[in-house]
Amino acid sequence: MVTSNNVLISVQHLVKEYNHGTVHALNDCNLEIKKGEVVAIIGPSGSGKSTLLRSLNLLEQPTSGEIFFDGVDLASKSVDIDLHRQKMGMVFQHFNLFPHKTVLQNITMAPVTLKKKTPEQAKERAMALLERIGLADKANEYPNMLSGGQKQRIAIVRALAMDPEVMLFDEPTSALDPEMVGEVLDLMRDLAREGMTMAVVTHEMGFAREVADRVVFMADGKILEEGAPAELFDQPKDPRLQDFLSKVL
Amino acid sequence: MWWSSLFESMRPSDFFNFSFFPKYGTAFIRGIEYTLLLAIVSVLLAVIPALLLALMRLSKNKPIKWLAGAYIAVFRSTPMLVQLSIIYYGLFYAISLPRITLFGFVDISRFIPGVVALALNSSAYVAEIFRAGILAVDQGQTEAARSLGLSRWQSMRLVVLPQAIKNVLPALANEVVTMVKESSICSVLGMAEMMFAAKTIAGSTGISLAPYTMAALVYFCINYPASKAIEAIERRMRRGDKQ
Repeated sequence: MVTSNNVLISVQHLVKEYNHGTVHALNDCNLEIKKGEVVAIIGPSGSGKSTLLRSLNLLEQPTSGEIFFDGVDLASKSVDIDLHRQKMGMVFQHFNLFPHKTVLQNITMAPVTLKKKTPEQAKERAMALLERIGLADKANEYPNMLSGGQKQRIAIVRALAMDPEVMLFDEPTSALDPEMVGEVLDLMRDLAREGMTMAVVTHEMGFAREVADRVVFMADGKILEEGAPAELFDQPKDPRLQDFLSKVL
Repeated sequence: MWWSSLFESMRPSDFFNFSFFPKYGTAFIRGIEYTLLLAIVSVLLAVIPALLLALMRLSKNKPIKWLAGAYIAVFRSTPMLVQLSIIYYGLFYAISLPRITLFGFVDISRFIPGVVALALNSSAYVAEIFRAGILAVDQGQTEAARSLGLSRWQSMRLVVLPQAIKNVLPALANEVVTMVKESSICSVLGMAEMMFAAKTIAGSTGISLAPYTMAALVYFCINYPASKAIEAIERRMRRGDKQ
């Protein structure tokens, strides 16, 4: 459990509308993520959980509301979002590795381009990360030669190479064959244990229950309930959550 | 020679009266070379402006977007011959070019206006090819690059464009094939490409049809195998992507 009160991300009254206000993807969402905390976001599809996660690094531009990261409101137009994104790693459902670059180049491109590391430092760090996930021998292969589980672990490592303060996971195991889900969750579990701040949109209830410090339940663009996993899974209060859990558990 | 008798009964209007060839063959071959040079150089010249136009069209800045859209609309909606005439008699009336001859048969003062006109026209079409190629790259690629902190331009340059360009290479090669045909229009302004050679031969020999038949045959023998080869390469590229 997290003891510190250090808030890293604070979302306030976030609204995201599509089609000139006729569709509310996010409806007045409020969320805090503390340093070192692992927050799992669950809910039925179309509930806005991915939209909320993608708003955190402004891949979705919110219609209104504030997103404070390190005390800076990212939603404000005057903020250089590129600078803040460097500190927010993101992992996607479909990996989104760069197919024209080798595994090593995938990992070193951003740190080198953004001058966070020299090419040598970046390579050294990338190899250490690959070593850690047991894929050092794939450094010079292209992504199309890898399995889904390997691709996703490399995508995680690619984000880690920027030394982010928070990792955002957008359904990281949903596109994987069942036998590869475990290896990705294991890596995420390790990261959580090391104290990485994480926000995870997931359908893996077992993972949410075991790894998350807090679980957030969303439906219809609203956060309906949040709390410690034991509490939320065992004594759900909101009828929508009760209904949802009865279907997925 | 044994085959000379074959031509004796030929009339000037015969399709295959190639009796002009022994005398005018060199001129014809130079015409082929001129045609290929025009097509390849104009497409190569078109690539950079086309890329710029494509990026402008995808820009969020309205005036920039409009400007590129207007350029493409104008060049795609007016005849090539009209564009060529305006550029030749207008633009290059103001700019006087030296009468230098390259490779012994390419007159610079005619070649450059022709190549510029073809390139300006081609860039409008190639811009659309690039735009489609850029849009065909999965949105997730840009998102991944941007989420790492790369700027819009860095993502475009390092992630999207390399993939887009690979995807459009076959379409670009097809544009060369199109230009081999389109460049025949330059004969009107006296550029010594293949169509001009055919016209000249027809005029000076009185054989009114066969030079054009030969030109048609040569155009076909260049373009058909080329487009078949491009198709084959495209098929192979698609198979490679699926892995």
